[in-house]
Amino acid sequence: MALSRDWMYENNGGTCVAIAGADYCVVAADTRLSIGYSIYTRDYSKICKLTEKCVLASSGFQGDIKALQKNLAAKHLIYQHQHNKQMSCPAMAQLLSNTLYFKRFFPYYAFNVLGGLDNEGKGCVFTYDAVGSYERVGYSAQGSGSTLVMPILDNQLKSPSPLLLPARDAVTPLSEADAVDMVKDVFASATERDIYTGDKLEIVILNASGVRREFMDLRKD
Amino acid sequence: MFRNQYDTDVTTWSPAGRLFQVEYAMEAVKQGSAAIGLRSATHVVLATVNKAASELSSHQKKVFKVDDHIGVAIAGLTADGRVLSRFLRSECINHTFVYESPLPVSRLVVHLADKAQVCTQRSWKRPYGVGLLVAGLDETGAHLYYNCPSGNYFEYQAFAIGSRSQAAKTYLERRFQAFNNYPREELIKDALSAIKETLQGEKLTSAICTVAVVGVGEPFHVIDQKTIQEVIDSMEIREEAAADPGTMQEEDKSSEAAPMDI
Repeated sequence: MALSRDWMYENNGGTCVAIAGADYCVVAADTRLSIGYSIYTRDYSKICKLTEKCVLASSGFQGDIKALQKNLAAKHLIYQHQHNKQMSCPAMAQLLSNTLYFKRFFPYYAFNVLGGLDNEGKGCVFTYDAVGSYERVGYSAQGSGSTLVMPILDNQLKSPSPLLLPARDAVTPLSEADAVDMVKDVFASATERDIYTGDKLEIVILNASGVRREFMDLRKD
Repeated sequence: MFRNQYDTDVTTWSPAGRLFQVEYAMEAVKQGSAAIGLRSATHVVLATVNKAASELSSHQKKVFKVDDHIGVAIAGLTADGRVLSRFLRSECINHTFVYESPLPVSRLVVHLADKAQVCTQRSWKRPYGVGLLVAGLDETGAHLYYNCPSGNYFEYQAFAIGSRSQAAKTYLERRFQAFNNYPREELIKDALSAIKETLQGEKLTSAICTVAVVGVGEPFHVIDQKTIQEVIDSMEIREEAAADPGTMQEEDKSSEAAPMDI
């Protein structure tokens, strides 16, 4: 009787995407929660607002993700008590990395994308693996549909090699409306081929005027 | 008479059945600058006097937010107060983490009282030298508690602690029966009037006091200085109107007094 570690985790599927702009950030995720070949619910949000300027989207095992979000929210509250202000997005990014690595030997089964505005008001996106390795990027996708989405984002958004041209910011030149449209397009495409992605798309847009939320229907099959 | 023989450590009883170290700790509370609290059915107001150590320094922080629905004002050893506030905050966060709901105020004060009691029964510890006025709102309504270094806690409609608090207490005793129905603004005005009583002649300005409020639909927060100064100014206008020749009454609450030309 082999002792398998899989029973401690499940994969609830789903895809998360984030795109950073010059003064905005778009974070999006589908709302389907699956297990095996079944759908548990078509209406589960994978996006969690951590601060006024920082939003976390996570795909993977939603039980671990819920615990991770609660953990971060509690740590953020302590920070606010001590510093009398909210955490900045880069600070939260580091905190998330440390929190994930803390459980290096029994990881959170969470594939995270953190999006928000940095201290200068520019959009920032941080992408993670399950144990906390992270990087600031201009755009990212995680989750079951990430392999379908990432090549499209690379095709549209990736800047030419820095060896050829002067290095650029980790930020895309798209306008906010274009970024939202692109996100809708990539999700529509990912939904076609990934069985775990679909039902509804939740889009959160952060900019100088605050946080806005949009929804779009996706294929339900 | 025997006070000095039995007061060396907290674990020694006096023949009269008292713990002098604990009583000395309560004296420390009386040395701190004043803090007062008042409550109505829907709001609780805390106000403190900001005493700076010297003209060159800033004043110590005496009001702490513990959670969205609870705040405390302290009097006594502010360092002890800071440490206890950190404990209270952590209790609230832990409760919310497990139960996804705010910690009821009555439970929080019991945790605090139990923590204070421990220090009255360990020979290697000393009691906390700080009194806390805990103001909070939960499902059962608005609450104001006083936690003292002895580990006792009491619920109050209104209370004052710290130096010259007796003047404020006398003021509050005369008026507390009406507090339950007071609107938020009246509660704040009475808090400022009570603070004024402790100042004994010194002019009341928003720079020497801190006022915080928590209420239904209103998370705990400190009210900014500008707003407080406006309230103080409007109170003074009313006082001068009431003291004008013709009516030699005390400055009782007269809600329809219009500001006269000054």
